Amino acid sequence: MNTKTLLYIVKRILLAIFTVWVVITVTFFVMHAVPGGPFVGEKATTPAVQAAMEAKYGLDKPLLEQYGTYLKDIVTKFDFGPSLKQRGRMVVDIIMDGMKTSLKLGLIAAVIAALIGIVLGAVAALRRNKFIDRVIMVITTAFVSMPSFIIGSLLLLCFSLLLHWFPANGAASGGLVLPIITLALYPMAYITRLTRSSMLDVLGQDYIRTARAKGVSGTKVIFGHALKNSLIPVLTYFGPMLAYIVTGSLVVEQIFAVPGIGRQFVSSITNRDYPMIMGTTIILAALIVVMNLVTDILYKVVDPRITLE
Amino acid sequence: MQKKKFTFHVDLDSFIPASDAEKEYLVQMRPSSTFFKDGVKRLYKNKVAFVSFIIIVLITLSSIILPMIWPYSYEDQLGVRPGKPVDSSYNNLKPFEYGKTEEAMIEAGESVFPHVFGTDASGRDYFIRVIYGTRISLAVGFFASIIVLLIGTVIGSISGYFGGKVDLIIMRIVDIIYSLPDMLMVILLSTVLKMTLAPAIEGTPLASIGSNIISLFIVFALLYWVSMSRLIRGQILSLREQEYVLSARATGAKGSWIIRKHLIPNCISVVIISAALQIPSAIFTESYLSFLGLGVNAPMPSLGSLASQALNGLASYPYRLVIPAIMISLIVLSLNLFGDGLRDAFDPKLNG
Amino acid sequence: MALLEVNHLQTSFFTDAGEVKAVNDVSFTLDRGKVLGIVGESGSGKSVTAYSIMQILAGTGKIVGGSVKLDGQELVGAGEKVMKTVRGNKISIIFQDPMTSLNPTYTIGHQLMEAIMLHTNRNRQQAHDRAIEMLRLVNVNDPEKRMKQYPYEHSGGMRQRVMIAMALACEPDILIADEPTTALDVTIQAQILELMGQLQKELGMAIIMITHDLGVVAQMCDEVIVMYAGSICEQGTADEIFYNPCHEYTKGLMRSIPTADTAGTKLQPISGTPIDLLNMPAGCPFAPRCDNAMKICIHHCAERMTINKAHAAACWMNVKKGMESGEIVVESTEEGGDDRG
Repeated sequence: MNTKTLLYIVKRILLAIFTVWVVITVTFFVMHAVPGGPFVGEKATTPAVQAAMEAKYGLDKPLLEQYGTYLKDIVTKFDFGPSLKQRGRMVVDIIMDGMKTSLKLGLIAAVIAALIGIVLGAVAALRRNKFIDRVIMVITTAFVSMPSFIIGSLLLLCFSLLLHWFPANGAASGGLVLPIITLALYPMAYITRLTRSSMLDVLGQDYIRTARAKGVSGTKVIFGHALKNSLIPVLTYFGPMLAYIVTGSLVVEQIFAVPGIGRQFVSSITNRDYPMIMGTTIILAALIVVMNLVTDILYKVVDPRITLE
Repeated sequence: MQKKKFTFHVDLDSFIPASDAEKEYLVQMRPSSTFFKDGVKRLYKNKVAFVSFIIIVLITLSSIILPMIWPYSYEDQLGVRPGKPVDSSYNNLKPFEYGKTEEAMIEAGESVFPHVFGTDASGRDYFIRVIYGTRISLAVGFFASIIVLLIGTVIGSISGYFGGKVDLIIMRIVDIIYSLPDMLMVILLSTVLKMTLAPAIEGTPLASIGSNIISLFIVFALLYWVSMSRLIRGQILSLREQEYVLSARATGAKGSWIIRKHLIPNCISVVIISAALQIPSAIFTESYLSFLGLGVNAPMPSLGSLASQALNGLASYPYRLVIPAIMISLIVLSLNLFGDGLRDAFDPKLNG
Repeated sequence: MALLEVNHLQTSFFTDAGEVKAVNDVSFTLDRGKVLGIVGESGSGKSVTAYSIMQILAGTGKIVGGSVKLDGQELVGAGEKVMKTVRGNKISIIFQDPMTSLNPTYTIGHQLMEAIMLHTNRNRQQAHDRAIEMLRLVNVNDPEKRMKQYPYEHSGGMRQRVMIAMALACEPDILIADEPTTALDVTIQAQILELMGQLQKELGMAIIMITHDLGVVAQMCDEVIVMYAGSICEQGTADEIFYNPCHEYTKGLMRSIPTADTAGTKLQPISGTPIDLLNMPAGCPFAPRCDNAMKICIHHCAERMTINKAHAAACWMNVKKGMESGEIVVESTEEGGDDRG
């Protein structure tokens, strides 16, 4: 890896850190627009919690000082404060608990979406305008137009309530199957279409003609020359895909009662558990930023042509 | 020179030079037409896009007209009348079913308009709620796109035309906003706006639209203009290099005149396509937020909130979910297909 | 027996708008060690002819008729298995745009070695050495370093040399060069042409040079084919074509070359635009643009007529000239025409 690439990576990491800082700052100041501030519940909290808050956050101190404290706690101790609704539990602990399930859900969905999507997209490109291509295009167009909560709800209805193939409760055994499928469908459809158009584009390139002219066999042209180049644009989708899975999991966990971070987040919104809302927003946002960073770096490593911006 | 052997009926007249008219006759050039006409023709030929367009028009028209003529209103809880005890026979009716009170009315000779989709748990006619929800979704989608279009165009044009420091600053801001995870920020802002906006606009005409919808628009205005502005900026940058701008400059035209007369019209096809594809994504976002409870205020229905409310009684009343689900999917699908068709028809780069 | 025999080759593209007859009855032969030039405007079918020979037609293109024989072996309809042994091995091709003709995600070394290992029995190390040998042959300096680099790190001229190296690595009998210098600077053009001439003499291979640049033809080619709208207008030795053009199109081409004699006078391009291959008229495809078109040209396309042993053209003007000079005697319509020389 040469210095140019290294410089690029460093630049990207700095940008990522900056973005996370922006997220924390925006979250803090936006939440303080709520009357009373985020660390005070609407109803009176117990005096003990109230006292702990005052001590910790100096709720009567100037805003900037409160901000400083908040920031410092996050960066040095990963402390996002106590949950307003779940007495006695710290936000960061609640989040970490939920993450276990959600990460499992999200990663499996991502992998399935990527693998199946790439395969289907390649098949569609190679059999362009034939029957299988048209079928794939119709199905993917449909899935790309359905919001995740619609897909999830329909799957719940069909496979759980009507056919009883899977439990409706995410915590039960086998309960993660439907949520995973729900989360994977949109990215899978998107990746299929992306792979297909990318591959069609690559197949029309001159260097593919050169490879054929050299006598390279058809299969090797596709898997050796075309596929590698086709996957590059697909790689750039991985960042947004993970962002989608994160936000999608909010509704999917809601629908299937999966005990993950998404469900926590939604109930904290309904319950006005502000420290929880802030903490979750920041952590999820940081996760997305990191994923985008990784994707950017991978992209640069894979395609040697990419130059610095 | 040569010996030519050929058996051929030779008409010596054939070797007279041909006239220009005869040469013209040989050449049948394909009739040329303007870019716009070409595009419309292509669009017309695209059956999928055409059908999608019809569907969108039908849905839009019905969402506007039906609530005006339908005998039931979306918020009217039919069993609840002031001064009378709550009549729960109107609740949870299946499609085309009649409640006990209604049956009595029919027996008495009154005509009762059927509940095409039944009623919900509070006795409201579900059909009109779905239609009204569609209206909300479409309106939000449409106006949000317009807001995004306006803001993005203005900022993008400024950035693209003036360049230099102005461009640099604006693009940095764009980059930052772009790298923020949008949905999370949207949820955050919606949550806060929901709390703060309601008291703020009480008493003003804005209150009738609903604080949540306004907060939605604010969120869109703050976050979603970025990709449009990048697009416009790119268009302007490429058009700036064109000759006719140089020549216009040479005649002393002012900056803003150049922008209006020359650069903007050429961006129009790209912009329209992008805007058309914005609408389904705005509808997507709105229904998502509604599903989470951050969308429109009750009792106003949105397709998203209808879907989320349907989850509770899903086993018993599955159609309450399926109907809004189909509706949203149909709207978004048609808009996407139509947008694709527009792009195929008008994007010069794609036409070989 | 000629090395390559093309007979009545017909290739069409089947598009949504209809059948485009890109190659419409083309016949020629190529002997060992000779350089054949194919000249024509864009859309004349010269590249498609080459791609048909190698059967690397893109998309909707198909050979719909005719035969292509390499050393007596019929290639049309021979199938992929046979063609794979021909491509890159017996017949190689280099393309017009070196910037896009190399795979950007593989090193130069990888792409060179791929060609070598496909058709010869060398192992990786031997292929590597052979690749370096080829790079030296095409005057690429510092070949070991270049092997590990990517195409985007090189200039157009350098990439074209790599393409040539790749094409020649397996010592093909025929090298097809499809406008090899069009995308390059003039000075680089000269270098590449010189290189090709030199290699041709050293390796004794035949070259098919496809170009629209008559200067290149004059410099390098033994024989020339002039194509227009998918058909051959005229073919013969370079001398014959240049000094005795017998087709109106060729004459127009020659007239349009600025020379020292014509300095100071107006350039004489050929008027009109190339024909729309989707709407091919009856009659000679060049007639609409031809200053000397005759009524017979409008209705009948001329057949190929032998002018001498080394020269043939498909133009009615030759008949007219023949009639005027008395070499051709033609009887009147009623009895049909037989000539008496």
